[in-house]
Order: sequence, then C-alpha cells, then structure tokens
Amino acid sequence: MIEAQSLTRHFGDLVAVDGITFTVDTGQVLGFLGPNGAGKSTTMKILTGFLPPTSGTAIINGYDISNDSLAVRREIGYLPEGAPLYGEMDVIRFLQFVARARGFSGAEAERKAAAAADRLNLKHVLKQRIETLSKGYKRRVGLAQAILHDPKVLILDEPTDGLDPNQKHEVRELIRNMSEHRTIVVSTHILEEVDALCNRAMIIADGKLVADDTPAGLIERSRYHNAVTLSVTDLQAAASVLSKLPEAAKVEVRDGEITVFPQPDTHLLLAVNRVIAEHGWQVHTLRLEAGRLDEVFRNITREAEPQEAAA
Amino acid sequence: MKNFLQGMHTVMRRELTAYFATPVAWVFIVIFTMLAAAFTFYLGGFYQRGLADLDPFFRFHPWLYLFLVPALAMRLWAEERKSGTIELLLTLPITMSQAIVGKFLAAWLFLGLALALTVPIWFTVNYLGDPDNGVILAAYIGSWLMAGAFLSIGSCMSAVTRNQVVAFILAVVVCFGFLLSGLPLVLDSFRAIGLPQGFVDGIANISLTVHFDAISRGVLDLRDLIYFALVIGFWLTSNLIILQLRKAD
Ligand SMILES: Nc1ncnc2c1ncn2[C@@H]1O[C@H](COP(=O)(O)OP(=O)(O)O)[C@@H](O)[C@H]1O
Ligand SMILES: [Mg+2]
Repeated sequence: MIEAQSLTRHFGDLVAVDGITFTVDTGQVLGFLGPNGAGKSTTMKILTGFLPPTSGTAIINGYDISNDSLAVRREIGYLPEGAPLYGEMDVIRFLQFVARARGFSGAEAERKAAAAADRLNLKHVLKQRIETLSKGYKRRVGLAQAILHDPKVLILDEPTDGLDPNQKHEVRELIRNMSEHRTIVVSTHILEEVDALCNRAMIIADGKLVADDTPAGLIERSRYHNAVTLSVTDLQAAASVLSKLPEAAKVEVRDGEITVFPQPDTHLLLAVNRVIAEHGWQVHTLRLEAGRLDEVFRNITREAEPQEAAA
Repeated sequence: MKNFLQGMHTVMRRELTAYFATPVAWVFIVIFTMLAAAFTFYLGGFYQRGLADLDPFFRFHPWLYLFLVPALAMRLWAEERKSGTIELLLTLPITMSQAIVGKFLAAWLFLGLALALTVPIWFTVNYLGDPDNGVILAAYIGSWLMAGAFLSIGSCMSAVTRNQVVAFILAVVVCFGFLLSGLPLVLDSFRAIGLPQGFVDGIANISLTVHFDAISRGVLDLRDLIYFALVIGFWLTSNLIILQLRKAD
C-alpha cells in the first residue's frame, strides 16, 4: 500500500512534482500516465528513496520514505526508467549481487537469483554478459531484479518503453501475472497499455494530478463514448439524414466515415439502425465507439497546461 | 555494524568482479608493473647506485600514482551516473556510505594486488645484496596507503561529474596539489615570500610526500598512519556529501 501525501519536488525553479496526493491499495495496478516531462519518473524516484521530496512525504506499507528509507527500499521492487543494468556482469552474477544486497546470503542468495531468473525465462542466458543481450532480455533481467525478493510493492518506470510489439505484450503478461497480492505502479505514456494492464489510471501533467479513474471511466469521458461510426455509399446524403435524428447531438464526416455523436441518455445505435433500414442504405462498416483514450488524454493534459495570462 | 559490513562487502565484491570481467584490470596491472620497473631501472639507476635497497623503486610511486590512480578511480561514480545504474544501486537497501566504502575498498584492494605483483623486484634486490627488508615492507605499506589517499581523492572527483575524463583531470590536479605541497622547492618558495614558518609547516604536513617519505624510511609512526586515515576519511566524506547533492543530476 502506498500513501503519498502532498509530494512535491523542485529542481531549482522548476516544480517537477507539485503536491501530489494519492493512495494505492494492495491488488491495484495503477497506471501512471502523463506526457513526457510530466513528473512520472520524479515521483517514482521519490517513492523508491532515490530522491528526497522537497516537501510532503509518502508512507509505503507503513514506513515513511523520509525517515525510514531503508525499510521502504526493502518493501519495494523497482525498475528504473530505461532499465539500467551492470552490462559487464553476466545475468546470474548480477542477480546474485542483487540478492545479497537485499540481505540474502550464501545458498539462499543463489536460490533467490535462480528463482527470479526462472520466473522471467532467463535460464538459457544465465552465463551471458548483460550488455550482449537483446533489449527484450535486458528488460527481463531488469524485471527479475525487481521481483527477486518477492516485494509487496512494485514500481516500474516505463517497463515496455523501446520494446517491439511482441516484447511489449510479453512484458505486460509478466506484470499481469505478478499483480496478485501486490501493489503495482506502472508509468507509461502508451495509452493502450493502461487499458490492457491496469485497474486504475492516474494522469499527471506538469507535476499535478489531473485525473484519477479506472481506464473504463477515463474512456467514458471521451466524446466518442457511445458514438456510432458508419460508412455508406452516399456520405453527404446520409449525414444530413442522420443529423436530423433527435438522438444525434452532432455528425462529423471524416476519412470516408460518418461519426454520429449521441445526445445524453439516448440509444443512438438503435436509432441509426432504424434509419439505415428505412432508407435501405448500403452500409460497409458500422460500429459503436467505446471512446478514445488518446483524445481524453489530450484533453485532460491540455487543460492542465499553464494558460497564457490574458492581456 | 554487521549489517554495514555485509552491505559494504556486497558492493565490494561486485566491483571486484566487474574489474576482472573486462580487460581493464589486466591492462592496468600490466601498465603499472611495467612503468614501476621502467622507472626503477632506467630513471632510478637501480644497478648503477650499487646499493641494496628499493629506494629508486619507491621514489617514483607518487608520480606513478598521480596518473594511474585517477585513471582507476574516474569510473567509480561517473560511470554509475552516466549509465543510470546509480539509481539501481541506491534504491537497493544499501546505504550510500556502504556503497562508497565498498567501491573504495574494492579499488584499493585492486591497487594492493597491482603493488603485490611488483614483489619480484624485492626478490631481485635480496638476490643481489642484503637489503633491510623491514624498511622495504614499511615502504610497501606506505605506498599502499598513499595509493589509498589518491584513490579517495579520485573517488570524490568521480562523484562531481558524470564525465570520466573530467573526473580524471580533476583528480590529477588535486592529487598533484597534495604532492607538490611537500616538495622542498615549493616549501622554500613559500618561505622566500615571507610566509610564517608555522604556515609552511602546515602545508608540508598535509602533503602526501612528506608522510610517505617518513614511512618509506622504515618508521611506521602512528602520526603518519593517522594522517592517511584522516585524508581518506576526509575525501570519502566529501564524496558522500557531493553524491547526495548530485546523484540525480
Ligand atoms: N535531476 C533533474 N534536474 C533537473 N530537472 C529535472 C531532473 N529530473 C527531472 N527534471 C525535470 O523534471 C520534469 C519532470 O521530469 P520526469 O519526472 O522525468 O518526467 P516524466 O518521467 O513524466 O517524463 C522535467 O521537466 C525534467 O526536465
Ligand atoms: Mg520518465
């Protein structure tokens, strides 16, 4: 469990994290979203004890980051941004080093290292130098060191950044499998990732918390939520018919498709279906929109941008 | 205390493994022993002097260390910061002091190994004559202590920047200052410009050369040992403070 209380961090004049307060419970996978430079990594560095906050604090499983940093670090598994690793070491020695640093000694350290390597399918590269591994494998080594001590809190900074789609998928699977009985915070600027992985999403922009919701809740904020998109042979004629529907709030024609936006609390799809049947249109595609996360993200983070002072 | 040692030992062990995982360690050892021998036999006139001692060998150690120790030390923290592994290291349940001392000791042990590999010179002088082996042993210890002092400076300078070349140059400059301040030439010129004797003695006292020379005459004086302990302690503490301020930059 993580309880952040008014976390703030300055770099000179820059306020990188600006009074962020939130709580993450066990079992939650929190997606930490925000544009580049929003303050995601800085927040994670504070939570993991790498950087002290300028003000505010956080309690992790009952330990305060400000005066119990070592205890906090014992609770946490952390994958820093870019997954930095000691490239000149081979995989198993590196994991054994992490195990010993985490307080395991002798045979126990070796067992922990081997078990972590096992969980991330690193068995056949154990003796390989880390710098010679592919990016996907390096990321797995980074994850292996993070989960080695079976931490109750996992903090992963852009764990899929720079990976190809297959590797991304694989890493997400791994994280999903680790999510039970843990508190996980994953930062990303890839929106589908939040939908695929998280049961909660927080958006930060300019160091401030601007949204805290479930991924579904965020999607519902999209103006596309429950909109209907279709393509027919005569776009213009169809658009003008559809715009007269009482259920339609707005109609847009773009890229050979018509999108009809609903009035609140109406069954737009039923109405559209009725019109199609009445006019006997040739419909090539027809779909109900769930909502577009990228649009929500843009709106929320744009609103948060500092406004130019009115002259 | 036990926990401190355990964490420190873990870091030290990793560092030592890292040295030997790359050719750096071997290159360093070869260069060190070859230069030490070259200085002794060519510049020091080892044979010509006709004396059974290792003075020409040890006399050049400060100058050998002046470049080689900063070269070894420059990566200690600059590399961790550049590659980002510092974030990995310092978010493990290891304190910064454990990390600093662990890294320092690894490098110091490594220097000790390089020094130990020059022992054939010691054998040679025993074969050729009848040297005072007590003096030679003391000089070896003094040399290693001096290497440690240079190393602590190098480690601290390595925390100042993420650029290893800059760290190297800074370390050489500071080490050079510590060497120079003990040379008679420098001390005399301080006297010549009318600085009080107490001040000049003070300068001489912080010089590595003065204390190294004292030990290599064969006298392991407690004051000299305390001097080296203080120098190392001072620079490693500065290292800690600098790292705390700059680790995230
Ligand atoms: N060590 C630092 N020194 C100065 N500024 C920094 C430092 N680290 C981050 N910043 C600044 O703080 C802001 C937030 O950065 P970061 O937390 O890395 O964002 P994100 O991870 O969301 O992309 C950025 O404007 C970045 O330039
Ligand atoms: Mg980041």
